[in-house]
Amino acid sequence: MEDLLAKRLLFVTGKGGVGRSTVAAALGLVAARRGLRTVLAEVAGQERLSRALGGEAAAPSEEIRLAPGLFTISIDPQHALEEYLRVQMPARAMAEVLSASRAFQYFAAATPGMRELLTMGKLWELAQVQRRTRGADPFDLTIVDAPATGHGLAILRAPGTFAQVARVGPIAHQAGAIHTAITDRSHTGVVAVAHAEEMPVTETLDLRDALRADPGVPLVRVFVNAVLPDRFSKRHATAIAGALDTAGTPAARAALRAALSGHARAGGQRDQVARLRERLDTDPVLLPFVVGEDGEQQVFERLADVLGQTATAKAAA
Amino acid sequence: MLEGKRVAICGGSGGVGKTTTAAAIAMGMAADGARVAVVTIDPARRLATSLGLEELGNEPRLVDPKLFAKRGLEMKGELWAMMLDPKRTFDELIDRLSPNDRARDEVLNNRIYQELSSAVAGSQEFTAIAKLYELDREGDFDLLVLDTPPSRNALDFLDAPDRLTSFFEGRALQVFLRPTGLGMKIFGRGTGVVFSVLKRVTGIDLLQDLSVFFRSLGGMIDGFKERAAAVNALLSDAGTTFLLVTSPERESIEEATFFWRKLKAARMPFGGVLVNRVHHDLLGGDIDLDDVARQLEPELGPKLAARVAENLGDYHVLARRDRANIERLASQLGGEERMILVPHLDDDVHDVEGLQAILRYLWATEAQRTAMLVDVVA
Repeated sequence: MEDLLAKRLLFVTGKGGVGRSTVAAALGLVAARRGLRTVLAEVAGQERLSRALGGEAAAPSEEIRLAPGLFTISIDPQHALEEYLRVQMPARAMAEVLSASRAFQYFAAATPGMRELLTMGKLWELAQVQRRTRGADPFDLTIVDAPATGHGLAILRAPGTFAQVARVGPIAHQAGAIHTAITDRSHTGVVAVAHAEEMPVTETLDLRDALRADPGVPLVRVFVNAVLPDRFSKRHATAIAGALDTAGTPAARAALRAALSGHARAGGQRDQVARLRERLDTDPVLLPFVVGEDGEQQVFERLADVLGQTATAKAAA
Repeated sequence: MLEGKRVAICGGSGGVGKTTTAAAIAMGMAADGARVAVVTIDPARRLATSLGLEELGNEPRLVDPKLFAKRGLEMKGELWAMMLDPKRTFDELIDRLSPNDRARDEVLNNRIYQELSSAVAGSQEFTAIAKLYELDREGDFDLLVLDTPPSRNALDFLDAPDRLTSFFEGRALQVFLRPTGLGMKIFGRGTGVVFSVLKRVTGIDLLQDLSVFFRSLGGMIDGFKERAAAVNALLSDAGTTFLLVTSPERESIEEATFFWRKLKAARMPFGGVLVNRVHHDLLGGDIDLDDVARQLEPELGPKLAARVAENLGDYHVLARRDRANIERLASQLGGEERMILVPHLDDDVHDVEGLQAILRYLWATEAQRTAMLVDVVA
């Protein structure tokens, strides 16, 4: 955990439906509790984090305070473009000409990968020790609630690709600088969230390989979310199955069925966690299944407690 | 749900079992005697492997009937399956729409295209449905089942043809189609300044590559537009139906409702909702967990009985959450849409056996389904 919080930019990605936002928010809470000025960045107008953590719906690219030391921002490529131009252009008038120009808007909209590049550019800016945005305070840690695996990869790859394609000129230069920051292991870390099921585990392992190939970064940690309690041993299961034959009331039968089902599912999860353990270089971090509505404040808090404890236990050991 | 349909499109947010559902439906229809092809993008590898699809063929392949015979499933028809390779499909489309070889090579060899073609607005969604359109036109199958790509948002998929069309019709492309005449003649004074600034911001090389890319695509605009129109027609055809796949969790239900509204607004044909991974609650109301523990104690001993009761408590919370979410979904959908609930199965589904388990629920009558649920839960 300490190594993750020491970075400036942390990407949280993973297959759809595994609780990426929840884990990103929990990490944000842990960081803020440790006194790091932290921003949770959402991509592509999801606005799930600010909603879930009780914030107001924000204007694009506005930094909103959620809790002491914890902020959120929703990244809008169009807004990022205007901001970039203001910084890039020596003369203010020139930036305004471009911003107002329809032809330029078309250019930005039509260029493949431009949205991803602009999004990545803004994330990079957030993570700068010296912010480029005028009057903006620096953050110690930027945590990105990245889109699902495929699109998340596209954002991480865009700067490298543009640096190559553009070869020379300001975009090549800028994209090259961002690519360098992404591939600097002390600066940027990519983590994945998975469920202990066949498909998400396979996708996580594929993601690890894809990241290694391009942009050439390791997957530094895998969080296995919603791990069920492993309440029953094999011997228990046999006893429970035996009791089914004699159980009288529907409630007792339901309890026994649910127990057998819980046993089977926990067993399946254990196999998948073992698969991750075997194939990854780092030990996956297991997060318990929290019974409650997905996206509720208590879920974030509970996970943050678990993550905080894991970190403290490790530090003590 | 699928009577008289040629095309079934499974939509929904990521991680709700779309691929599995599409495969189960296709398998069920094939077992009933139809010639069915299931089209999917990057499914779980083990599912693909279990259907004998090791490689990206980009054309449907017959799934070996022996696979089903081994599991005691009588296959009266044929199940075909294909994994879509979006890049290759896009290349094929360019090949088909190019006026000549030179134009085709210009696009395929362009660095912007090579590096970034997958990022063209909605291209992955568009290629999936363009392939579907082709398969439908070739008419080799009674039914095509499409597993929609795992997009950020299920709506991206519906909008893809329109977005691609507006991309081609848009001024952006038009601007680039005249790379030599950017001066005052066409766009007036303002644009001259804009482009000199643009060159400064982007670098000349990038601008040139882009110009070539857009110019060579330019020759295919009419072809793309025609294709997009045909694809749109297929989406709203009476022989097409949309099936919404969701989990009972809040976010995926919200997305499903949103998608359904959009389908209705666009007058797209809608077949029904499949809710996967439902924790069923047949006990209803509150459970006295202490009482359950007491009942089980003689047989299991106090410790294990307490643990079994605790486990039931957790399950019951989930069952109530699921029921509340499903009721809300039903009411938001106007209470008239067909809805099939598939229970949360104990095993992860990634083989023919797992598909069969799902199939049993999908193909059952209401009464059979209730009976099966009693068997699962209580």
